Amino acid sequence: MALDRETVAQVAQLARLRLDETESAAVTDRLNEILGMVDELQQAEVADVEPMAHPLELAQPLRADEVTESDRRDDVMGLAPAEEGGCYLVPRVVE
Amino acid sequence: MKLHEQSLASLKAGLEQGDFSSRQLTQHFLERIRSLDPRLNSFITVTADAALAAADAADAARARGEAGPLCGLPLAHKDIFCTRGVRTSCGSRMLDNFTSPYDATVVARMAAAGAVMLGKTNMDEFAMGSSNETSYYGPVRNPWDQDRVPGGSSGGSAAAVAAGLAPAATGTDTGGSIRQPAALNGITGLKPTYGRVSRLGMVAFASSLDQAGPMARSAADCALLLEAMAGHDPGDSTSVDRPVDDCQTGLDRSLEGLTVGLPEEFFPQNLDPRIAEVTREAVRELEKQGARVVDISLPTMKYSVPAYYVIAPAEASSNLARFDGVRYGYRCEHPENLTDLYERSRSGGFGDEVQRRILVGTWALSHGYYDAYYLRAQRVRRLIRDDFARAFEKVDVIMGPTTPETAFPLGAKSGDPVNMYMADVFTIAVNLAGLPALSMPAGQLDGLPAGVQVIGNYFDEARILNVAHRYQQATDWHRRSPDTGGEA
Repeated sequence: MALDRETVAQVAQLARLRLDETESAAVTDRLNEILGMVDELQQAEVADVEPMAHPLELAQPLRADEVTESDRRDDVMGLAPAEEGGCYLVPRVVE
Repeated sequence: MKLHEQSLASLKAGLEQGDFSSRQLTQHFLERIRSLDPRLNSFITVTADAALAAADAADAARARGEAGPLCGLPLAHKDIFCTRGVRTSCGSRMLDNFTSPYDATVVARMAAAGAVMLGKTNMDEFAMGSSNETSYYGPVRNPWDQDRVPGGSSGGSAAAVAAGLAPAATGTDTGGSIRQPAALNGITGLKPTYGRVSRLGMVAFASSLDQAGPMARSAADCALLLEAMAGHDPGDSTSVDRPVDDCQTGLDRSLEGLTVGLPEEFFPQNLDPRIAEVTREAVRELEKQGARVVDISLPTMKYSVPAYYVIAPAEASSNLARFDGVRYGYRCEHPENLTDLYERSRSGGFGDEVQRRILVGTWALSHGYYDAYYLRAQRVRRLIRDDFARAFEKVDVIMGPTTPETAFPLGAKSGDPVNMYMADVFTIAVNLAGLPALSMPAGQLDGLPAGVQVIGNYFDEARILNVAHRYQQATDWHRRSPDTGGEA
C-alpha cells in the first residue's frame, strides 16, 4: 500500500492538520516507509480471530447518578486562549 | 555513600533515624539539578520553592508521628502527569502554556504518601518517541555519554535518576517508554499490568496501552513506589478494582523452583551477541539461585511492531483530536475561520513525529482501510496475547534483552522513523498483551548500560520484583552510577 500526495492531503484534512507544499513530499515519503513496515501484518494468519480492543476483559463500570464534581468553571475557562463572558471565542461560523 | 547514590530505602531509613531532614535532602537534589541539569536537560520545570515547602511539611508530619510511606522522599514526575498549578507540557509546544487545574491520581497519591515533588521531567512529545529528541524543550542527554540519547519517551526521568538529580521518578510506558530508557540509563523501571495504576490526569496517548510506573535505582525502590501509586480509581474506568499486592514483603523470597522462559524471538540472528550474552549471564545468576530455564517461543511477536504502529497511532489520532486551539493549549494567531483555526493551531502546536502518527492513525481508521489495517492489527493483538498466555502455562516469568542495543548517538535515528521504532522491538509486545514487565541493569558494553527485561503474568508485579531484587542482591550493576563530576 503506497500513499500518493493527494491521499496524504485528504488524510491531513480529515485530521485537521495543515501540510504546506514544501513538507508534503517528505511527509508522504516518511508515511510510506511506515506503511511499508506495517504491511507485514498482511502476512499474519488471522482468519477466525476476534479483534482485541483491550488487554483486560472489563465491563464498563457503573456508578450512582450523583453529582461528584464541584464547579470549577473559572479554573477551566481561565485556560482558554480567547474567552469572553464565560464563553469560548472562535471565528464567526454563522453568517 | 553520597546521598544521591543511595536507594530510596536507605534515604527513608536516614530520614527515620534523623540523620538528615527532608529539607536537607531536597536541597541536596535541587542543588544537583541546578549544577548539572543545564547540560543534561532532564527537567522541563523545577519546582524548587514548592519542593522546599513540601519538605518542611514532611518534616513536620514526621515530628508529629504522621509519616506516610514516602514521607519526605524527593522524586520527579514525568511531565505527562497533570500537576495542579504547575505547567504540564507533555513535551509539546501545544501545552507549553498549560497549567493543570487538577492533580493526576498518581501525583495526588504520591503526595498523600508524603513524597516531595522536585519538578517535571523532559520527555518525547506526547510520549511519542524512543530517544527524547521529539521534545519541544530539546533532547535530554544520557549521563553515561552526553553525546548519546537517554531513550524515550521517559528519557528525562531515566536520566535524572541515573545522574543522581532525583532518587526516583515516575514514567509512563505505551510501547516501552519506561523500560527502554531505564535500560539505556542503567536504572530499574517497572511497567505494571494494564489497569493497575490510574490513568486519570495522565495525558492520553494510546488509551488501551498507556500505563504509569516507577523508575528508580533498584527493584526494592520500585516496589515501594508501586504500592504508593497503584490501586483502584473510580475516576479511570479502566482502573482495575482489585487490591494492590504487597510487593515488598516477598522481595527476598527464594527463587528455588522458579521457571524462567527464554523466547527464541528475543534472540534473533542479527542481535548483537554481546546483548544476548548480557541476558544469558543474568539468567545464569538466577539458575545459581535455583531457577530452572526453559526455551519457549512467542511466534507472533514478530508482528508486534507493525500491529503497534497501527493501534497506537489510531488511538492517538482520536485522543489528540481534543487539541483544537479553542479550550486550552496553543492557538494560532489571527485565524481566518474555524477550519483555519483548527489546522494552524494543530500544525503549529504539534511537532513532526506527533503529526506523522496522527496521519497514520487517521488513515488506518478511514473508510476502506479500517478492516485491512485497524481490525487486522487488533486480531494480531489477540494472537500475541494468546502466545503469552500459552507461555505462562509453562513458565513463571519470561526474560530477554530490553533493547537490541545500548544508547545510540543523538541524531543517529531522528530522521528515520522506522529505524527509531525498532528500538522498542523487545518491549512493545508486552503492552499489546497488557502484561507487567521490568527492566533492570545487567551489564555494560563499552561503558554503556545494558538492560534485561523480566516479564510476568497479569498482576504478578510482586513476582517480577522478587526476581529482580534477588538478582540485584547478588550483583552490583544497579549500584553503578555515571561520573557526573567531582562535587559532593
